[in-house]
Amino acid sequence: MQSEQAGSGRYHPPMTDRPLKVLIAKPGLDGHDRGAKVLARGLRDEGFEVVYTGLRQTPEMIVTAALQEDVDVVGLSILSGAHMTLVPRVCALLRERGLDDVLVTAGGIIPDEDVPALKKAGVAAVFGPGTTIATVADFLRANARPRD
Amino acid sequence: MAETRASAPGEIAATQRAGALCDAALAGDRRSLSRLLTAVENRTPIAEAALRRLYPLAGRAQLIGITGPPGAGKSTLVAALIAELRRAGRPVAVVAVDPSSPITGGAVLGDRVRMQAYATDDGVFIRSMASRGHSGGLSSATTAAAAVFDAVGFDVVLIETVGTGQSEVEVAAAADTTVVVEAPEMGDEIQAIKAGLLEVADIIVVNKGDRPGAHRAAAQLQAMLADTPHEARPGRPAPKHPEVLVTSAATGDGVVELVAAIDRHRSVARDPNGDATRLRRAEAQVWAVLVDRLHERVRILEGVRAMASAQALDGVHAVEHAGANIAAAQNSTAAGELLRAVATHDLDPYAAADEILHRLMGVASEP
Repeated sequence: MQSEQAGSGRYHPPMTDRPLKVLIAKPGLDGHDRGAKVLARGLRDEGFEVVYTGLRQTPEMIVTAALQEDVDVVGLSILSGAHMTLVPRVCALLRERGLDDVLVTAGGIIPDEDVPALKKAGVAAVFGPGTTIATVADFLRANARPRD
Repeated sequence: MAETRASAPGEIAATQRAGALCDAALAGDRRSLSRLLTAVENRTPIAEAALRRLYPLAGRAQLIGITGPPGAGKSTLVAALIAELRRAGRPVAVVAVDPSSPITGGAVLGDRVRMQAYATDDGVFIRSMASRGHSGGLSSATTAAAAVFDAVGFDVVLIETVGTGQSEVEVAAAADTTVVVEAPEMGDEIQAIKAGLLEVADIIVVNKGDRPGAHRAAAQLQAMLADTPHEARPGRPAPKHPEVLVTSAATGDGVVELVAAIDRHRSVARDPNGDATRLRRAEAQVWAVLVDRLHERVRILEGVRAMASAQALDGVHAVEHAGANIAAAQNSTAAGELLRAVATHDLDPYAAADEILHRLMGVASEP
């Protein structure tokens, strides 16, 4: 028996403590994803499995990706100013497709006065400029719901 | 640890939950399918119960492996293949594997970026997976995930490996047809005659065909491969004679021809060569379950006897020793029959592994 055909290298037991899976998504039309990429890489270094969808996603695309990837967290990055339209739409679609146990966070350029309305729509936290990766990672670990 | 093993009521609950998820996934519920894939990826008790149910339903889909070095255009080519297969109305699933960090265990799964145009097409299901320390170019759950997609009715499963070097050849057992994607800058004739990845290719694609040198690279590959012998040496698999194609995934040039080549290979692969591939896939799956089972038994022994760390090492050696016995057993006719039954989906890998364990050591699946 050639064991390399059956999975080479060291044996890895089933994960009892699997990494949290996070979708980082850019809804809408803004073309700036440096922040999203920095966060994706930072969360990778914090031990998360991060799915990145790329630019200019519709809420439907984001929610389908969240469903297919079975993520624990959806992080929305918006700099265009369209957050009051796009973020509540993503939250509503997630609920509609039965993904109401997925934690939703937002980041980018979001004025303080918009935060209460976004939270009411279903966003757990809004991370503005200057937020450290560690702050985001700790929040996700503390608030993502345990799944089967 | 012993306590991580589900108690009998826990197993019943897992079987019930697995049954409910399988029923829903088979009826077309994508959320349940997604949950099943997560269970398979985490190798939970739900996964075992679900795979025992689903494995006999699988074996119909066309499993296509897409492998090659980082940046050769695998994900873009997968997106182009999705487009072409969807034009023919075929439901397509994708398992896209990206590497896990060996340091933190984290991962950036970015293959999806190239495929998001199909995100809202109900006939397409894309799942990213981190390799989680598995080193053959896939994750340990990739083959099982493909079987789940197969069982719930996807006609084609595209398996995209991590960016591979020269020796990650595991995908050749996981897929019916292995497509190796190279970029025009792949190197000269010396690269083309090196052992490894190119030897397991059923089809070789030189992608980025619009770049200078692409057609020359393809011609060099073809010239070097022309010397491959046609007859198998005794005791060895028949040498492969891959078609060499040039594509430009970004523009779609050559993708129609690639799909045609894959379908041609599929019709040829319904012969002993294809049987050999399916047998190797069965072997890999049964082996994975066996190693899990043995590992679990060693961990239970550790718990019961409160072994010191030095003795725990003996446990690892026991696993290796048992592995050698299994290798011997699999050469025997009886184990060969079990593997063939798994290859034809008449038996699931868990049942086969348990039977092999039973014959070897007189142990049943329950420790």
